[in-house]
Amino acid sequence: PSQVVPGADPSTRQLCFAWGPTEVLVCETQFGRRGGFPSRGKVGSGRELLPGALTTCGVTGTGEGGPSSSHVFVVRKDPDIYIQTLRKLFNESHGIFIGLQRSEEELAGKSRKAQLVKVSKLYRSVIRACMEDMHQAAVSAQDPALRVQYSTQVSVLSAIELIWNLCEILFVEAAAAGPLLLRLLDWVRLHVCDVDNMVREVLSSEAPAKHELFWNVVNILVLQGRLDEARHLLSKEASADPTAVKMYKILDDLMKKMPVLSVCTNQTLTELELKWQHWHEECQRYLQDGTFASNSHMESICKILLGDEDAILEKKELLTTWYHFMVTRLLYSHPTVKPMELRFYAQMDLFLGGQSSPEPLDMILMAAFEFEIHQVIKECSIALSNWWFVAHLTDLLDHCKLLQSHNVYFGSNMREFLLLEYASGLFSHHSLWQLGVDYFDHCPGHGRVYLELHIERIPLNTEQKALKVLRICEQRQMQEQVRSICKIMAMKALRNSRLGSALSWSIRAKDAAFATLISDRFLKDYCERGCFSDLDLIDNLGSSMLLSDRLTFLGKYREFHRLYEQKRFAEAARLLLMLMTAHIAPCSFWMTLLTDALPLLEQKEVVFSTEQTYELMRCLEDLTAGKSEKKKVQDDGVENTKVEMLRLALARNLARVIIKEGTLDG
Amino acid sequence: AMEDVIAKFVSQKISKTRWRPLPAAALQPPDLFATGSWDNEDNRISIWSVGGVGNVDPSGDYHAEPQLLCDIRHNGDVMDMQFLDQERIVVASSTGAVTVFRHHQNNQTLSASQRWEKAHYHVGQETSCGGAACTGVICNNPEIVTVGEDGRINLFRADQKHAVRTIENADSSTLHAVTFLRTTEILTVNSIGQLKIWDLRQQRNEPSQIFSLTSDRVPLHCVDRHPNQQHIVATGGQDGMLSIWDIRQDTTPVSLLNAHEAEMWEVHFHPSNPDHLFTCSEDGSLWHWNASTDISEKPSFLHQGGRSTTYFSHNTVNKSVISAWLSNDPTKDRMEITNLISNQALSVNSLDVLGPCLVYGTDAEAIYVSKHLLA
Repeated sequence: PSQVVPGADPSTRQLCFAWGPTEVLVCETQFGRRGGFPSRGKVGSGRELLPGALTTCGVTGTGEGGPSSSHVFVVRKDPDIYIQTLRKLFNESHGIFIGLQRSEEELAGKSRKAQLVKVSKLYRSVIRACMEDMHQAAVSAQDPALRVQYSTQVSVLSAIELIWNLCEILFVEAAAAGPLLLRLLDWVRLHVCDVDNMVREVLSSEAPAKHELFWNVVNILVLQGRLDEARHLLSKEASADPTAVKMYKILDDLMKKMPVLSVCTNQTLTELELKWQHWHEECQRYLQDGTFASNSHMESICKILLGDEDAILEKKELLTTWYHFMVTRLLYSHPTVKPMELRFYAQMDLFLGGQSSPEPLDMILMAAFEFEIHQVIKECSIALSNWWFVAHLTDLLDHCKLLQSHNVYFGSNMREFLLLEYASGLFSHHSLWQLGVDYFDHCPGHGRVYLELHIERIPLNTEQKALKVLRICEQRQMQEQVRSICKIMAMKALRNSRLGSALSWSIRAKDAAFATLISDRFLKDYCERGCFSDLDLIDNLGSSMLLSDRLTFLGKYREFHRLYEQKRFAEAARLLLMLMTAHIAPCSFWMTLLTDALPLLEQKEVVFSTEQTYELMRCLEDLTAGKSEKKKVQDDGVENTKVEMLRLALARNLARVIIKEGTLDG
Repeated sequence: AMEDVIAKFVSQKISKTRWRPLPAAALQPPDLFATGSWDNEDNRISIWSVGGVGNVDPSGDYHAEPQLLCDIRHNGDVMDMQFLDQERIVVASSTGAVTVFRHHQNNQTLSASQRWEKAHYHVGQETSCGGAACTGVICNNPEIVTVGEDGRINLFRADQKHAVRTIENADSSTLHAVTFLRTTEILTVNSIGQLKIWDLRQQRNEPSQIFSLTSDRVPLHCVDRHPNQQHIVATGGQDGMLSIWDIRQDTTPVSLLNAHEAEMWEVHFHPSNPDHLFTCSEDGSLWHWNASTDISEKPSFLHQGGRSTTYFSHNTVNKSVISAWLSNDPTKDRMEITNLISNQALSVNSLDVLGPCLVYGTDAEAIYVSKHLLA
């Protein structure tokens, strides 16, 4: 969608741009503009936009300051995404879109076409439902500005539905000669002013034939090809004016006899054309012999029945649009028009007569009648302030196999390009981003990359939201993003001193480095406080303990404490020793472990065997020897005392165990 | 039949749906429910009417959409929501606040009548906002218990300004849900697959019992207790698995039933027909589990979608009390499971069943109501 950025003036300052995934930054530079550039206000004014495109322009903020400072404009790519009442449209159409992608491609011929028409109708029914809601909102809105906004949206939606309906007839259903005109008539009836209320008003008046709208209503019905209803009204006039009974009878008869294509019977087009020719000649005869000469209204109707261009043009006020004129003219002059002939009849100049210039909507419909599908999509992209319409319509037409791959930027085809734009818009929305995922999934070219870029920008304010984002990534094997999300959550938990949660997140991401970091925090806490926090977690590590060496150590070390508490000293001693000899414990922790051995060495019952005691001694000596001489000097007495105590305890234990083992052996 | 389900698109992602409880001995089906939204710039609590008695829609109520009666802004995502009584709703927020809203039925308005602003919070945080999401709330008028991402358990009384009891660091991982086991005992589930029982009479800040899935540590997201047989508990996990526990016996589940393909967000026993159980999930499905022993007495389903009947082998041990959920009788060891949503897409975040009525809400910004759930 093209939009004007209010306040940005390229005629005085040079502008620079920065494209983000969902927004464009437009920035005024310090450089003045030299040389000829069209005067202010020309930007984007080359064509009138559809109503609404401008009013919803998404400029969200401007810079502040005096005349010397530059402004920065934040321009959202898809302003309609932010309209609250359209969320229903986005959500409901998302379901239809998914259904279409899942639908069976193999359905051939007629059933496939029927299915696609059904999908098209579903989309339209959602547009109409949304239009009704918007209309209700407009009616009940207290604020006049809001009411205008809603009304504008109603007219935009109504234009969208009009275009979609025409595309459905011409491209999706691809109605053939004969049915084509019937569909076009339905199209006109659905979208051109509602005549039913007028009919009701006239009929409910005391003397319908005297009602000021009487002939207008009759004419509208005739112009829309609703001849039975027109006849019903005319019968009121006939009963009101006995002098002209015969004339009415003839006109009524002509209207009754007009051949129309019947869907049920197996009538061929040639048969219809033949019948139609006869009927046409009969009308001609009555007109020429002056049957209706005494009544201008009736004469004019007879001329319309003959497809007389001037007679139809006379009713311009009632037709309101050139495409209604076109359909009426076809109805009475060429009812078996072929799709490819439509372009010859689609002449808006004849109707507009140079009085007003065509609007974007006219250009779009014209392109459709000319079967220029790419032109339709292009014009819609420019005229509308949303990507929703072009993205969904193009996708549907692509499923109809109507779009040859037509590469646009980045080498993706048009369908994909438009879907990417639309889904990017959804991702810029704080809440609708979830819908965007499925659209990216159905873009084989670049969808994955887009999703990867966008999903990392979703703010994760709760764990539940993080889980939802994570699920999206895991389902698509997006390892990189899975790791990144878990890391973010683990960091958050760590900042909040929630070590347990932090560990859970890093285990989920299989992030060994981070698990090590957190394990160290646990161990540090233990060293400082002398007890473990988060026992419920550490006691429950299970197989996830194997994620990192440090985590393994943490789990095993805790197991040692549990064994000790349960007074299973022999097992505890074996585990403690193993932690050092198998190098599971980090060297920095050995002193703590050896200190933990002290109470075991002091037990009444000997716990460590000779061999184990020797090993403990070696561990102690390795530890003390590993320290440089310089460090030894610096170390205060506490450490030395500890070492001395340990040596003493080890020696005593050795003595006891030698005696014990010797006794047992002897 | 599908036409029994009424859908309404509401332009906000729905995180919670709850029927207003019926007064004792009420014969009418429920006619009012509340919804909460999430992930919106402007989240709301809304009260909807589904046209019961005294609220007859002129077009005939059989097809009437839910009508919005009133709504009110809510700060933060609505994480959980429970009716305290006929008029008051307790809402848990992602900001850590717990709010009691009052529904004034005379003029159809909502107002906040009580708020515990920082019921859940992080300590030692560098950033300014220290709130931690309150993930679950359960009421037993006037008592309210809340749990959160901070691993804290709070006991409030609706009429008291300060928490009656707080268990700091009750859990080192995130607590996802809470329910009452008995009037003084609660059950919590956490993100490392544990189910814990807490006795609120005890001053000790430790659970009285810990149950655990297996070594897989699969997070549990929801919990519900059998309405009549208090020892039977159902939980739902991150892998979509439904676990049935007998808390008198083992510390591991009695049965693990393969269910959804993604997180199970809620599990509910039917309050008056507890052989029926309902679960909903991130994968966009809503399942009706029918364990009634007499299969011939099938309820009428909304519509047949997805799987029909599935058989499960329960790894049961001998049971003294016979319950459909704990049964290990092979002839009865079958369960009928029906997916009530045919075209699943986005997550079904919440559901509630009461009498013949079902209400559920989705991330596709729609609420659905069915008034003819069980035959």
